Amino acid sequence: MKIDLEKKGDPRVFARINDKARIDASNLHYRELNAMVKEAASEGVKTMEIHNVFGQRYIGSGVRQPVHIDIYGVPGNDLGAFMDGPTIITHRNAQDGVGNTMNSGTIVVNGRAGDIVAMGMRGGQIFIRESVGYRAAIHMKEYFKHKPVLIIGGTTQDFLGEYMAGGVVVVLGLTKGEKEVKHQARHIGTGMHGGAIYLRGEVDDRNLGKGVSKVPLDEKDRDVLRDCVEGYVSYFGGDADEILSSHFTKLAALSHRPYGGLYAY
Amino acid sequence: MKSYLLPEFIIERNDYRCIRCEVCVRQCAFEVHRYDEEEDEVFADESKCVGCLRCVTLCPTNALVVRENPTRIPQNYNWTMDYLMDAYKQAETGGVLLTGMGCDRGYPIYWDHIVLDASQVTNPSIDPLREPMELRTYLGAKPDQLEIKSHKGKASLETRLTPQLKLETPILFSAISYGAISYNTCESLARAAHELGTYYNTGEGGLHKNLYKYGKNTICQVASGRFGVHADYLEVAAALEIKIGQGAKPGIGGHLPGEKVTAEISRTRMIPKGTDALSPAPHHDIYSIEDLAQLIYALKEATHWEKPVSVKIAAVHNSAAIASGIVRAGADIVALDGIRGGTGAAPTRIRDNVGIPIELALASVDTRLREEGIRNRASIVIAGGIRNSGDVIKAIALGADAVYLGTAALVAMGCHVCQKCYTGKCNWGIATQDPYLSKRLNPDIGTRRLVNMINGWSHEIKEMLGGMGINAIESLRGNRLRLRGVGLNQKELDILGIRHAGE
Amino acid sequence: MLRQHQIRDDKDFSGCSIFGMINLEGKKVDGAPIIKAIANMKERSNGLGGGFAAYGIYPELSDLYAFHMMFDDERARVETEEFMCASFYMEKAEIIPTRPHRGVSDPPLLWRYFLLPREELLDGEAEDDFVVRAVMHINERIEGAFVFSSGKNMGVFKGVGYPEDIARFFLLDEYEAYTWVGHGRFPTNTQGWWGGAHPFNILDWSVVHNGEISSYGINVRYLEMYGYKCTLHTDTEVIAYAVDLLVRRHRLSIEDMSKVLAAPLWEEIDRMPPEERKIHTALRQTYSSLLMNGPFSIIISNNYQMIGLTDRIRLRPLVAGTRGNMVYISSEEAPMHLVDDSIEHTWIPQGGVPIVAELKKKKIVEEPPEMELLREEALP
Repeated sequence: MKIDLEKKGDPRVFARINDKARIDASNLHYRELNAMVKEAASEGVKTMEIHNVFGQRYIGSGVRQPVHIDIYGVPGNDLGAFMDGPTIITHRNAQDGVGNTMNSGTIVVNGRAGDIVAMGMRGGQIFIRESVGYRAAIHMKEYFKHKPVLIIGGTTQDFLGEYMAGGVVVVLGLTKGEKEVKHQARHIGTGMHGGAIYLRGEVDDRNLGKGVSKVPLDEKDRDVLRDCVEGYVSYFGGDADEILSSHFTKLAALSHRPYGGLYAY
Repeated sequence: MKSYLLPEFIIERNDYRCIRCEVCVRQCAFEVHRYDEEEDEVFADESKCVGCLRCVTLCPTNALVVRENPTRIPQNYNWTMDYLMDAYKQAETGGVLLTGMGCDRGYPIYWDHIVLDASQVTNPSIDPLREPMELRTYLGAKPDQLEIKSHKGKASLETRLTPQLKLETPILFSAISYGAISYNTCESLARAAHELGTYYNTGEGGLHKNLYKYGKNTICQVASGRFGVHADYLEVAAALEIKIGQGAKPGIGGHLPGEKVTAEISRTRMIPKGTDALSPAPHHDIYSIEDLAQLIYALKEATHWEKPVSVKIAAVHNSAAIASGIVRAGADIVALDGIRGGTGAAPTRIRDNVGIPIELALASVDTRLREEGIRNRASIVIAGGIRNSGDVIKAIALGADAVYLGTAALVAMGCHVCQKCYTGKCNWGIATQDPYLSKRLNPDIGTRRLVNMINGWSHEIKEMLGGMGINAIESLRGNRLRLRGVGLNQKELDILGIRHAGE
Repeated sequence: MLRQHQIRDDKDFSGCSIFGMINLEGKKVDGAPIIKAIANMKERSNGLGGGFAAYGIYPELSDLYAFHMMFDDERARVETEEFMCASFYMEKAEIIPTRPHRGVSDPPLLWRYFLLPREELLDGEAEDDFVVRAVMHINERIEGAFVFSSGKNMGVFKGVGYPEDIARFFLLDEYEAYTWVGHGRFPTNTQGWWGGAHPFNILDWSVVHNGEISSYGINVRYLEMYGYKCTLHTDTEVIAYAVDLLVRRHRLSIEDMSKVLAAPLWEEIDRMPPEERKIHTALRQTYSSLLMNGPFSIIISNNYQMIGLTDRIRLRPLVAGTRGNMVYISSEEAPMHLVDDSIEHTWIPQGGVPIVAELKKKKIVEEPPEMELLREEALP
């Protein structure tokens, strides 16, 4: 397939009015699409609508301007990887690797996301309306002012928060329609050594990885939760107070150095 | 007759550091050290030193160094000092040379010429600290296929599996008899096996009554002497092992001298106190393979078909064919003991010249059983020369289901491999029946040391498995593609069934 | 050339894209949608292999084993045909129609044969077993000949190239099938060869696969004890034979077969109710050498089923979707939407839990038969 990075000149593909742009991504290779997005952002476009997206990867990667991108269709893997600033709203499901190593900005997924959401994420916010796949928030971390937040409306599959070193994960379990949720993911927080996971409802101890424990929520936790849930509700609707009135379980690491005693000498 | 033997070791004492505490004097059962009150000095009779390093290890001021005697006859590749000394010894006594532990000659150690694989890119390595990593192993015959019936949506297992031994890590403690080692050593092995979720093997010396409570973690051996073999002994065991041979002394029997047959040992072995305990070379009811089958089924019948039966042989030239026969004779486990396997006492020339390296025996047995389509019918456990977790994992990749540790287990409890087990004067309190010596091994500490070492090894095995992108030990078992040879010739590679590194 | 190209590495490994679609009513569609879907995942392959399995394509010869063959040269063809004629009634032999296509070069000789085992040679042996032995014989013994498809009323089409190019080369837009499975390959070595492309097939079992099986060495040694010759040095071939052994020969259910390939963890087995625990312990004890360890997602198909499965800790991606009578299984979500923009429901299966889509009647008659919907337990 021939890559043509000059397609932006084609008005059927790229249209701009003032600081708004509209892109038709059908038949665009990801390199063509992303080159267009970056160029438009550097030329002062503030909001973009991308239509007919089917699997194009890395959308939002390498964009430093705080642009707003609406995606219609299913974006490909590594949506917003290494992203630093933009806001991305996808209006359908997303694939694997949403927000991979993201530094700042916002990603909103109006649907479900695949595996390794927020892998190695260091800052910014990700809101997922429904559930996510395996290994969400794997090795999420925080650093000074950077504190990543991942809010999941549904549930997760196994290995949630594996190696997690910082940041906040909230799993609301709303999609099951039950008042109280019992989370079924296994190996939650295995190897976790920082940050916090808040689960609405309960989880069995046997579903937790080594090194993680349930801890009671304090006022500070309630504040964090309120911010997160209000953010979620602002994108997807719902009653924040009602959600917050449910029982929440907090998971935190037992130690910042879980393997201190591992070695013989 | 004047002895021409020269001391094997030289003992250097730093007089400035020595505080005359006499620890060395008290610790040495060979009576090397002597304190002279008049001269206020500690002397050493180096001719008695066996190099066990007990005195060095316990000296509170680090005042002692024991090193090999550097005295040599003129350089001679043929006549080394040890051959010379052996000849003098025999010229002076007219006896058979005796030794302990495993063969110490320089035969190739194939473990040190095999390297492992690891994943890079095409396949992720797995982090054993966080991802599941399974070492659980079941020993015993497996069916060739399973029949599962489904009736009204309810599944039921139609195939009945024969008894299995469940191991939480693919490591067991080898057969070492009470008699060869002290009671405290036996107790340490039993308790460690219990704590680790694995098994130890009684050896052929019976099972002390106090240790019956660890029966669920005990493999009881039935050897040619049938010492201590009675109904309770068979009943209490988790599995039974018929000992045909031992890697340290293939083809010959054993002999526990009468002076070691103390009251407790007499009770355990069910022989009169002070009499020699002789293990004949063969079982006198097994002169052929069909006789072995007869004994296997006798043991199964006696234990209501509830226990797997293992057959242990020394690794010899045609082990593959022998193992095939053993499997066809109904054994659930074939135990192979290689030339470096240990012993409490064996004639030196037998220990050092008979048998083959375990790596080659294991590879050829596993290959042969697969070629014959009967590898499912029995597990393979190997013994003889496993020194660390690297050896364990290589053995498993070559085709072993699990490994037996003998020497390594004793080393965990303090053994310094001085090879003088046959003297009964083990300063470390292991290979002795002398109460003064044997109390040196506290079973609490012995257990702890064993458990610690096996836990450390298990962890290392998990790390290596994870590096290969494998999260269950069974996926490495017999997976020789994950091995490569270094510095081996084509014949050796062919027998091991592995390729050379770089290929 | 086939043999020369056999890889000298332990095995051939590759990253990949996989896609499968089945119409539960047995309604047939041409190859256009699956070509579109697999082409959409181009980033996952590198042009060194592509292939398809299509079910229901030979309705007029549906009682005969359709052997798709690759030959290095005429000698290999003559030798193979001699062997076939000695063992089978040969109803039809023809060159597989192809059209020259840019991006597809150096094809081997491609033939197909419609065969039935000679009754007098069966001597009580099941036809399927006889065919498996014949396939093993040709692949192992006849220099330059390779059976790449051997089922009834189905066929595998594969080669070196991007999958969409391979599809055009084989004129797949002209075939109609109720199940289509496709694969785009990303081999890590450069010796892409025609036989090494996916799907791998034995009888009507086809497997496409993404990932690498770390347990390959022992999987092969175990299967060898049951007469399978793993001549292709790929882990996918091993999965195909493992499935054939477990489901066809040992008569395990698809679910139990999945529990062999992607065994539950011991800690999960230990928590099961007694009878279930007994079964799963026995499965792991007995078939430990068939645990497929390492990352994989696969689509296994036969004449009436399409099964999606990932490894037990799900190290490779797989998503599924349904709309009406269609069930899709894919490496990525987007191509399902691309093929069917009104797809209703998509989900990510649990690691080691199979998605099973199957027709009600095992044998597809040409009248649309009654079908059963997707098994419920796979749905969230």
